Amino acid sequence: MRILVFLFALLGSLPAFAALNVFATVPEWGALAREIGGDKVNVYVATHALQDPHRIEAKPSLLAQARRAQLVVATGADLEIGWLPLVVRDAANPAIQPGQPGYFEAASVVSRLEVPQVVDRAHGDVHPGGNPHFQLDPYRIDKIAAALAVRMAQLDPANEASYRANQRAVAERWKAAIARWEKLAEPLRGVPVMVQHRSFSYLLAWLGMREVATLEPKPGVEPGSAYLSELLTRQQTQPARMILRAAYQNDTHSQWMATRAHIPAVVLPFTVGGSDEAKDLTGLFDDSINRLLKGLR
Amino acid sequence: MIDENQARRVGRGAGLLGAHAASDPDLAAIRAQIDELKRHYEQRIAALEEKLARSEGQQPARSAETQAAVPSASPATSATAFNPEISVILDAKVANTSRSPETYRIRGFIPNGGEIAPPRRSFSLGETELALAANVDHLFRGTALFSVAGDGEGIATEEAYIETLALPAGLKLKAGRFLSGIGYVNAQHPHTWDFVDAPLAYKAFFGSRLSNDGVQLKWLAPTPFFLELGAEAARGGGFPGNERDKNGSGLGTLFAHVGGDVGWSHAWQAGVSYVRTHARDRAWEDTDPTGGATRTAFTGRSSTLGADFVWKWAPDGNPAQQNFKFQSELFQRRENGTLTYDDTAGSHAVGRVADGYRSRQSGWYAQGVWQFMPQWRLGVRHDRLNSGDTRIGLVNTGLVSPGDLPMLAAYSPRRDAVMLDWSPSEFSRLRLQFARDTSRGPGEADNQVFLQYIMSLGAHGAHKF
Repeated sequence: MRILVFLFALLGSLPAFAALNVFATVPEWGALAREIGGDKVNVYVATHALQDPHRIEAKPSLLAQARRAQLVVATGADLEIGWLPLVVRDAANPAIQPGQPGYFEAASVVSRLEVPQVVDRAHGDVHPGGNPHFQLDPYRIDKIAAALAVRMAQLDPANEASYRANQRAVAERWKAAIARWEKLAEPLRGVPVMVQHRSFSYLLAWLGMREVATLEPKPGVEPGSAYLSELLTRQQTQPARMILRAAYQNDTHSQWMATRAHIPAVVLPFTVGGSDEAKDLTGLFDDSINRLLKGLR
Repeated sequence: MIDENQARRVGRGAGLLGAHAASDPDLAAIRAQIDELKRHYEQRIAALEEKLARSEGQQPARSAETQAAVPSASPATSATAFNPEISVILDAKVANTSRSPETYRIRGFIPNGGEIAPPRRSFSLGETELALAANVDHLFRGTALFSVAGDGEGIATEEAYIETLALPAGLKLKAGRFLSGIGYVNAQHPHTWDFVDAPLAYKAFFGSRLSNDGVQLKWLAPTPFFLELGAEAARGGGFPGNERDKNGSGLGTLFAHVGGDVGWSHAWQAGVSYVRTHARDRAWEDTDPTGGATRTAFTGRSSTLGADFVWKWAPDGNPAQQNFKFQSELFQRRENGTLTYDDTAGSHAVGRVADGYRSRQSGWYAQGVWQFMPQWRLGVRHDRLNSGDTRIGLVNTGLVSPGDLPMLAAYSPRRDAVMLDWSPSEFSRLRLQFARDTSRGPGEADNQVFLQYIMSLGAHGAHKF
């Protein structure tokens, strides 16, 4: 009996159900959902910028949050393949099953780069759906924002006007910001870089930078010393100007290379929260470009 | 583009190849140049793709809705598009044990007929596991797991169940054959274990694990922390019950799990479980001190209470470099009924007699697994069982001497294991394990060395907690 009273007390203490409960798999979609949803949504972000998005477990707290969600916002393209299908299934929440309006995959709205011709794990941890790290392309973010606003309006028609207005405001701001970033990043055009993992393909493609090597011999595979030495030799003939890694990645290999090749190792926030400056999506791009420009000096 | 110098060098390299072996730096230079060319073109193609995508995006008068509906990749439309997710687990071992696995038993505990012996000596193939899973429709999902035994004993249906996808209010129903939701390790398949073999407590109390033919209902509470309640009703045809040719439910379980996070770096889960079933003439065969065959059987009620705890640590929640996992489970089983002793087929010294039997036995294990650098993990496990206080009416009245029931002699088996494993990717693992197991009785320690590989191919497995 006492347990029942306790349970009811708990149920009563839950946040108001008036707001749309959003479960975002990664910080960038959490930030986007907040910008479009404003005070009409409660956003839970399942991971943070210092976690490797490929290596998350379906831990109990995620199940509890997915159970209460009305909308799951995921990257898709197999980024969350190791944990999200399990969380969505075990959360006993029919509203967020794939195919339902409550399940939104950003990858379904945008095209992907680096879609493999051959899907074979001998080539490392390949994603059949292409490179899933498209959050570093502002044009794609813009498209995703539009689709997400539609989805939120579909789930919560009462606040449709608010979602649409917020999305329009975001799009306006975004347009101006993109123009500013592109002007700012002019010196980066054509700059050759090495990357730890192919985390920045979209950013580099957008800014016209050139990726000349990856420190991982294959996606998700740690480099051996022979491979790193080969890269160092290659640096003599095709010099890269800097080495890029995401905030969550270990610095061992990029530091090794930076010291020997005498080029800077630049840490990019990769997602919202990856640096002190990357507080939101605008901050993410501001800081990424600033750090790249600093690396150029 | 290749400049003139580079072109000359490539030409020279090619000439060298034709005449005699090129020197290594030349080859490396050529390879680097080819790679560079490839990369250059890839990036130009990417840039063009980008341009194309942009210009598509700038088409006027396209509403947000239609943009959202545009599929980015054309899906396959053949009949095979609906094939289920398929995965195969390959598992093989080399074992070196100081005592024969064929004589394995756990002294002090009623034998259960489960697959509890250590892996056979020398090279052996473990269970090759084939898993198929797919959504049946919008309401159900189906999963089937078959294991093919290495020694040609045929295909066993490990699990074959359906589960609901759309029950309201946090409810989920499972039906068919499935691994029970009790405890922590019980629902895990051997390839996800952190050690080569199951904890002793599972071996003694469930014949390695509790598998049900039945139904399971789980409720996930709408609370900010994890709270799950579950109940199962099953036939209970396996240990600790047995086949009883009876209508209705023969085994029931109840379990509850709670869990949550402490900051980003820590996650935990704790649970309690209860299993209750009956056995009728659950028999085992043995020999009395004169070597005559005996048959002993238990009829009565068996109930098991369990508690489990798991705690995981990874700096900032990122397990890539380092992580640690602690887990411990505790079980206590009570059995209450009658024990029948029959040596009519052997020495006929006692005949066929029956009297009361009551036992309270317990067991636990605790283990820690530490990933000290990427790909490498070190684990330690300690197992302990206690045959507890057992009241055997037949022995108390003097009808049967304790020597006639060697398996029921009071004893506390122990086992210690250390393992080191290497996982070059998520899909492969090599493991070396040393263990010292004293289950057989005092002075009968078994020193074990196992080398094992576990590889998975096909669908990407889930990272269960």
